[in-house]
Amino acid sequence: MSNPITRHVQINGHQCRIWEKGTGEKIGFLAGIGGLTSWTPFLDHLAEETQVIVPSLPGFPGGSNLHTDLDNHLDWLIATHDLLTKSGLKGCHLIGASVGGSLAADAVALWPELAKTLSLIAPLGLFDENEPVTDIYAQKPGQIRNLMCNSPDKYDIATSGVDEEDALENEVIQQRAHEAAARILWPLSNTGLLKRLHRIQNKTLLIWGEDDPVLPLNYARKFEESITGTVSRSVISGARHLAELDQPREVADAVLRFTLQNK
Amino acid sequence: MKMLFFHLMPYKELPEDFRERNPSIWVDIHSRYFSADRAHLMYNEFIDELEYAAEVGFDGVCVNEHHSNGYGLMPSPNLIASTLARQTDKSAICIMGNSLALYNPPVRVAEEMAMIDCMSGGRVIAGFPVGTPMDTCYAYGQNPSMLRARYLEAHDLIMRAWKEPDTFSFDGRFNQLRYVNIWPRPVQQPHPPVWVPGGGSVETWQWCAELDYLYAYLSYYGYKAGEATMKGFWSHMDELGKDRNPYRAGFLQFVGVAETHKEAMDLYREPAEYFYDRCLHFDPRFANAPGYKTEATIRARVRSQIQSGPTAAQGTARDFDSILDAGYVIAGTPDEVAERLREVAINLNVGNLMLLLHFGNMSRELTTYNTRLFADAVMPQLKDLFDDEWENHWWPSTNSVNQQPAIQAAQ
Repeated sequence: MSNPITRHVQINGHQCRIWEKGTGEKIGFLAGIGGLTSWTPFLDHLAEETQVIVPSLPGFPGGSNLHTDLDNHLDWLIATHDLLTKSGLKGCHLIGASVGGSLAADAVALWPELAKTLSLIAPLGLFDENEPVTDIYAQKPGQIRNLMCNSPDKYDIATSGVDEEDALENEVIQQRAHEAAARILWPLSNTGLLKRLHRIQNKTLLIWGEDDPVLPLNYARKFEESITGTVSRSVISGARHLAELDQPREVADAVLRFTLQNK
Repeated sequence: MKMLFFHLMPYKELPEDFRERNPSIWVDIHSRYFSADRAHLMYNEFIDELEYAAEVGFDGVCVNEHHSNGYGLMPSPNLIASTLARQTDKSAICIMGNSLALYNPPVRVAEEMAMIDCMSGGRVIAGFPVGTPMDTCYAYGQNPSMLRARYLEAHDLIMRAWKEPDTFSFDGRFNQLRYVNIWPRPVQQPHPPVWVPGGGSVETWQWCAELDYLYAYLSYYGYKAGEATMKGFWSHMDELGKDRNPYRAGFLQFVGVAETHKEAMDLYREPAEYFYDRCLHFDPRFANAPGYKTEATIRARVRSQIQSGPTAAQGTARDFDSILDAGYVIAGTPDEVAERLREVAINLNVGNLMLLLHFGNMSRELTTYNTRLFADAVMPQLKDLFDDEWENHWWPSTNSVNQQPAIQAAQ
């Protein structure tokens, strides 16, 4: 697995990292909880057949400290829009996982021309009192990795290890990523997305880890019922919240089938 | 030295197996443990104890704010402070404090503290805590990533509301108000002294130094555990060019006094073990709201009390002998306690001791005994400490403190 090319774009005067690899149809990815500090097998599988572009959201690894300037959801959505546009992803296929899925769905609801298709991997942003989203911010130390992945080491590899020599700096980067997600989602993960989902007319693929302990599968039904565009669903066995880390080949295949059918 | 009587108002009737059967005393403690009938008695007892402390000569009485908490029954410290304003006449009323980011608009804090300052004749100390993650982020739903920014803006708004004589508009990041014009205004001008309780964050130290506010380290782990934090604080003051005036700092300490050493050991064992076993039982799930701890603090590797609390709780002393060894509680004869507190005050360089003379499930009788003995036999031994060397700039001015008797006499 070779490394991607790294470049940066400026969003509100802050640098955000962009990774790129592969050729062909452009496909963007907004990462989930913890962000990414290293290129993953999932992205590599996608890059076998497409040009994968991975912008880092504000506050997530590679995404600078811009998150501290984003005070409300509109600020976040404008930053997401600008990040996708400056990354060269406007009108391309877009994948978002977890918190990245929430922003991807919301940005496309506001700016339908932003994406050709939408692939959402367990997107956050909704809340149902009868079946609450797990409180990822009230977990015992070290527990989040178990919620994210069936194989927690896959979460560790993807989200830590910028500098093996500097454990403290890695801790700061991870704390910052969790803070950025909390800034968007605190306290319930309800961003009000539900009332905007009807604006999504794009063909949409929902991907869910069968064993997701964070977001019950019933939330997929709410997305299906609310999105105006055609929605299909793929449930991935042996996967938790970040299914793309647990089962990179299966998730990449599902996304590639969907996007390449909808070029 | 200033000595203040601090009351947490713990619920006193948690079952013996509370720790074993419940994950936390905070945030999600179950309502089945709460009896309003019993709380009626407890509140009145606690208020009596605070009033008694003022009566026997404590320099100040302290109240504080907690939410969804079985060891702190004061979601609104201002309610208790207002009754103390009426029933006491000399003690400072230390509201320790209002978690500024929780009030919408924060002008409410400026108004209520000004009310109590007027009612008390200028005896309010305005405590401005950020608040623990349990209180602010989990129980009150504040976004931890914005908590400090909201806190700082609330502070600016409150201080302007106290100081500016004319109606003004406030165009903040989180608060927009066309008309800010509080009635009443505080007796103390330009404002009551500001005390900032903190857990050891570098930014808080720096902020206190910049604005010349008092920093108070409110640790339940006593003087031994608090030493590193206070030494860090003073080193930071040195770096910032601030003097080592001990009145710049406050420190919390559990204390039990008795006629004999043996009696102290007998009397304070149960309430101390009640507190450290049943009350000091936090779920680590609620310790790390992302963004609550600043990056500078993470980098400085200064662990806040709340952060270290649950971690330490696994190894927290819970039997009385270990509690004493660890220094969480200072217990003994008046001379023993006075000697130890003198060492603590000098070693930690603190001019304001906040003393928990009620803790755990302590009875009214024992609290009264402890309070009386401290006032009669410990306080006189410590009262003059630091006074010949340093001036206390962080205390309600003498003129305003003594106004109440004058007001009463005039009626």
